[in-house]
Amino acid sequence: MHPQPLLEVDDLHVEFSTADGPVEAVAGVSFTVGAEETVAVVGESGSGKSVTALAVLKLLDGGRISRGQVRFDGKDLAPLNPKAMRKVRGNDIAMIFQDPMTSLDPLYSVGHQIVEALRLHRRVTKRAARERAVELLEQVGMPDPRRRLASYPHQLSGGQRQRVMIAIALACSPRLLIADEPTTALDVTIEAQILELLHDLQREYRTAMLLVTHDMGVVAETADRVVVFYGGQVVEQGPTAQVLRNPQHPYTAALLAAIPHPDSAKERQLPAIPGAVPALRDMPAGCRFNPRCAMAWEACTHEVPPLYELPGGRTSRCLLHREGGGSAVVAPPAPPLSAELAPAGPPLTTRKGI
Amino acid sequence: MASPATQVDPAATPGAPLMEVTDLVKHFPITKGLLRRTVGHVRAVDGVSFTIGAGETVGLVGESGSGKSTVARLVLRLLGPTAGSVKFDGREIAGLSQRELTPLRRNMQIVFQDPVSSFDPRMTISSVITEPLEAQGISSGKQARDRAAELLDLVGLSGRDLDKYPHQFSGGQAQRIGIARALATNPRLLVCDEAVSALDVSVQAQVLNLLRKLQVELGLSYLFIAHDLNVVRYISDRICVMYLGRIIEQGPAEAVMTDPQHPYTRTLAGAIAADPRTGGGTRRVVVRGEMPSPSNPPSGCPFHPRCPQAFDRCSTEVPAPLPAGEGGRTASCHLLDITPTNGKAVR
Ligand SMILES: Nc1ncnc2c1ncn2[C@@H]1O[C@H](COP(=O)(O)OP(=O)(O)OP(=O)(O)O)[C@@H](O)[C@H]1O
Ligand SMILES: Nc1ncnc2c1ncn2[C@@H]1O[C@H](COP(=O)(O)OP(=O)(O)OP(=O)(O)O)[C@@H](O)[C@H]1O
Ligand code: SF4
Ligand code: SF4
Ligand SMILES: [Mg+2]
Ligand SMILES: [Mg+2]
Repeated sequence: MHPQPLLEVDDLHVEFSTADGPVEAVAGVSFTVGAEETVAVVGESGSGKSVTALAVLKLLDGGRISRGQVRFDGKDLAPLNPKAMRKVRGNDIAMIFQDPMTSLDPLYSVGHQIVEALRLHRRVTKRAARERAVELLEQVGMPDPRRRLASYPHQLSGGQRQRVMIAIALACSPRLLIADEPTTALDVTIEAQILELLHDLQREYRTAMLLVTHDMGVVAETADRVVVFYGGQVVEQGPTAQVLRNPQHPYTAALLAAIPHPDSAKERQLPAIPGAVPALRDMPAGCRFNPRCAMAWEACTHEVPPLYELPGGRTSRCLLHREGGGSAVVAPPAPPLSAELAPAGPPLTTRKGI
Repeated sequence: MASPATQVDPAATPGAPLMEVTDLVKHFPITKGLLRRTVGHVRAVDGVSFTIGAGETVGLVGESGSGKSTVARLVLRLLGPTAGSVKFDGREIAGLSQRELTPLRRNMQIVFQDPVSSFDPRMTISSVITEPLEAQGISSGKQARDRAAELLDLVGLSGRDLDKYPHQFSGGQAQRIGIARALATNPRLLVCDEAVSALDVSVQAQVLNLLRKLQVELGLSYLFIAHDLNVVRYISDRICVMYLGRIIEQGPAEAVMTDPQHPYTRTLAGAIAADPRTGGGTRRVVVRGEMPSPSNPPSGCPFHPRCPQAFDRCSTEVPAPLPAGEGGRTASCHLLDITPTNGKAVR
């Protein structure tokens, strides 16, 4: 028997009301995060990663969950009132964002903000909280932690601010940490430091992590399982190593191929994906990826692919699996440099499949 | 030498680099108080030398604040240097006045990270692209518009887009327009400062392909700045690694990335995530500490407070660039400076 997952997102739909009527930013997303597990949500800009993360915490600004459920520890979060939800956010689930400047208060010292976070959820004296704050700063690798208590956010580097955010997130030993692009704004050397820190702390605190990123390299390095988003949906999901080595969905394959690698042949073009991510208002009919998919055929333009269950705890949303799974999915080959470029506009929508 | 108003024939100076930068320095004053008294300097660029050959791509990498954008602005003379020389096609441009620079500007253009915010939202794409043509007095009216249509075609858009507005384009399309605009005057050097950094991976590959295609077709030279080392490695012939305002290693791209000679380059190369297609599970080498502030750089080797191999000489003596391999490789590290002491043969 599988133990019950810590977080279950079940057929989540999120709708925003805009001046031109409602738009659906997340359209039926399901995934789970087990206790002490790291799950990465990966996808390009606008694919609904942040909206999903915010929906889990009920922090949607101007949006609402229009269908589906979010369960934490088996308990539906939907009926919780704002007060009860604040308690969940302090005790069970913590979140860190890409830009700590937006979530740290510029007017208060770092020490004050950590102490506040500690005292909000635990009955401790100011003095004890301060000591704990020093300890936390030390744990997140802040140089000279005691002196740093008096620093204001603007006096810290980007990497140091992210360390403070992590200290605040860990203040109450959450069981789930949601990190939305925690290293995107940082240099590679600092990114490596922060990812190592998150990894170490996760072990120590036995925290599960939902890591939102657009960087496949970060996914490969940190996640047990990966959930690939496209156009507000999950297109593929499974254990990281298997998904990255042997992608089953054409989008995952194409995305992996488009990233320049150390062995990318210089005399060839990169195998780019033609076109661009569609806007929420012009989601294509049928498969949402079909106008850009090298393997699309006629059915893809009008049939909505369901999620197919594949062996090895994997799922993929592609009509290629219809006949019973696992057809070879290949990324388009890279043309030589002198060849014509793929058109920037909408490419052919009807190409023969397999 | 050709008259400055016409394009210089690339064949006129065979073998000479298109751009030659020597000992370039830029110090920004730090001022304080109402009287704006100078209390110190940000040593943003602190003695940088490199060359860019015709048709060559030189990549500039380094952590945030290492001085990459400042170098870009200096070589384009969008910023005056504190000291040093910048030669374009053999001609010194560091001391030229803005008026003297005008005819040279058409030869050097820049593409920025965020094209949409650099365009006037009320201007049509046609005006966005023809503006530099008119400013340079190269063409106007119908002629300029035809050129704009031609350029849109070149970057994979279409003449039908001429009367649209910037907000009607996706990020990747807007970056194509930024490139079309930069190419309008037929430049020979294009500086790309994080030009693909804000783009989605799938679209980034399109724009990188476009840049490579244009280079093959037009013989362009690029100074290419990006924080993604795999991107820089893919597109560059040579790479210069910056740290605290200095180039601490340079050489052929593959050699620098696969066999770095400077301890900092080694940590930088080690900090790149592994190829995700291998399935992951490997962790990267982590270098401790952060880059110090360029307003208060360390003595001696700028990397010594973080360097795992630092020894006594490193905190007192600034290492000079030393030969470090084929293809004109250099690295500025005392470890490469081995002076043999006299010995006695014992066997
Ligand atoms: N408050 C809002 N009102 C209307 N639409 C919104 C709102 N917030 C997000 N959206 C839309 O929802 C979609 C998904 O956005 P989301 O922020 O989740 O993307 P993301 O995957 O996190 O992208 P990125 O990588 O750029 O952070 C986008 O099209 C976005 O424009
Ligand atoms: N106009 C200016 N006045 C004062 N300091 C400046 C100015 N422009 C840049 N600097 C400083 O010079 C240093 C180098 O900045 P630069 O923008 O060249 O770095 P960079 O390598 O391009 O960094 P990034 O990767 O973040 O773009 C930084 O410390 C920066 O704060
Ligand atoms: S093959 Fe069809 S269903 Fe599968 S991803 Fe491509 S377009 Fe979608
Ligand atoms: S000179 Fe010394 S401190 Fe600098 S990189 Fe070389 S060994 Fe390290
Ligand atoms: Mg986001
Ligand atoms: Mg810069």
